[in-house]
Amino acid sequence: MHELSIASSIVDSVTESLAAYPGARVVEVRLRLGALAAVIEDSLQFCYGIATEGTPLAGSRLRVHVQPVVVHCARCGHLGALPGVQSFRCPSCGEPAHDVRQGRELEIEAIELEEPEIQA
Amino acid sequence: MNTRIVELRQGILKKNDELARALRQRFTAAGVLVLNLVSSPGTGKTTFLERTLRTLRESGDRVAALVGDLETDNDARRLAASGAPARQINTHGICHLEAEMVGRHLDGWDLSALDYLFIENVGNLVCPSSYDLGERIRVALLSVTEGEDKPLKYPTLFNSADAAVITKIDLAGPCGFDRAAALHHLNEIRPGIRVFETSAKTGVGMADWLDYLKAERQGRSAG
Ligand SMILES: Nc1nc2c(ncn2[C@@H]2O[C@H](COP(=O)(O)OP(=O)(O)OP(=O)(O)O)[C@@H](O)[C@H]2O)c(=O)[nH]1
Ligand SMILES: [Mg+2]
Ligand SMILES: [Zn+2]
Ligand SMILES: [Zn+2]
Repeated sequence: MHELSIASSIVDSVTESLAAYPGARVVEVRLRLGALAAVIEDSLQFCYGIATEGTPLAGSRLRVHVQPVVVHCARCGHLGALPGVQSFRCPSCGEPAHDVRQGRELEIEAIELEEPEIQA
Repeated sequence: MNTRIVELRQGILKKNDELARALRQRFTAAGVLVLNLVSSPGTGKTTFLERTLRTLRESGDRVAALVGDLETDNDARRLAASGAPARQINTHGICHLEAEMVGRHLDGWDLSALDYLFIENVGNLVCPSSYDLGERIRVALLSVTEGEDKPLKYPTLFNSADAAVITKIDLAGPCGFDRAAALHHLNEIRPGIRVFETSAKTGVGMADWLDYLKAERQGRSAG
C-alpha cells in the first residue's frame, strides 16, 4: 500500500531537482532499494506509472537496483552480503550478525535527462 | 537532444527521517522513554498496552499513549480507560504512522511531565518498519495464534525491532504453539533480541516486561 506514497515522493523529489534543468525531459529514474526496504518492486513499478501521470516524469522509466543486506561480523571481522533475508548470520563464520551495514536504503541514485541542444 | 545524468543520492523518506530525528531529540531532552509498538492487526497491542498503562500508573509512573488506526477512536477510548492520557491518530487510509502525525498529536502535552510514552502503530507488519517515529525502542509483537514463522515472513520489521513480545500466551496450549520454533525464528532474524512471553488476559509475563521498561528508563536518565 505504501508503494504509492513512495512513488509520489519520488515524483516530488525529482520534480524539485528539475527546476535546475529547464526544458529537460526525464528519461529514467534510478533507485537504490535495499533488500530490507519493505518495498515490493512490481508494486512500485505499477504505482510509478500512476504517480507520474500528468507530471514531468510521465513516460519515464524507473530502474531499480536491489542492494543485498551487508553485515559486519563482530567475531571474525568479515564484511559481506547475505544470500537472503531469512537468517542474519555471518556468511563467513556463521556467528549471529547484529550489525547491518547495508540493505535498508530507499534512495534516488540519479536521474537521466534529455535536454534541448543549447543554441550557440 | 543531449543526455545528462544527474546524481541525486536522495533518501526517499528523508523528510520523515528528519522529523523523526527532531522528535527523538525532543523526547530525550524531556526525559521521556518512547516506544513504538508494531504488529499485525489483532495481535493484542491495545490489550497489552491497557494492562501496561494501568500497572505503571499504579506504581506512580506518568504515562501517555498515542494510537494509530485507519478509522475509529475505539482504541484510544480503551487506553484512556486506564486513566492515562491517550490520543487517537486516524490515518484515513494510510497503513502506518509517520513522524509528522506523531508530532502533530503531541500539542499541549508536557513531555517533561511524562516517564513513558507508548505509540501503538497501525496494525501492519510491512511499512511501519520504514517509518521512524523518533522512538527509542521499537517493539514487535506476535501472538501465539498467528504462526511461529511471522519473523521469517516479515524480516524487515522484526530485524528493525529492539524487543519482541509474544502475546496471548494463555492460548499457547489450544493453538499448539511451538515456542522453540518461534524463539528460533526471532533469533535468526534479529540475533539476541529480548523476548517477553505474555498474556494480557492473565498477566503472565507482564512483570518481566515492566522490569525491562524500568531498567531502560533508568539506564537512560542515569546516562
Ligand atoms: N486470550 C487472549 N486474548 C487476547 C489477549 N490480548 C488480546 N486478546 C484479544 O485479541 C483481540 C485483539 O486484541 P487488540 O488488543 O484489540 O489487538 P490490536 O493489536 O490492538 O488490534 P488492532 O489495533 O486492530 O491492530 C481482542 O479480542 C482481545 O481481547 C491475550 O493476552 N489473551
Ligand atoms: Mg489496537
Ligand atoms: Zn564471522
Ligand atoms: Zn503503510
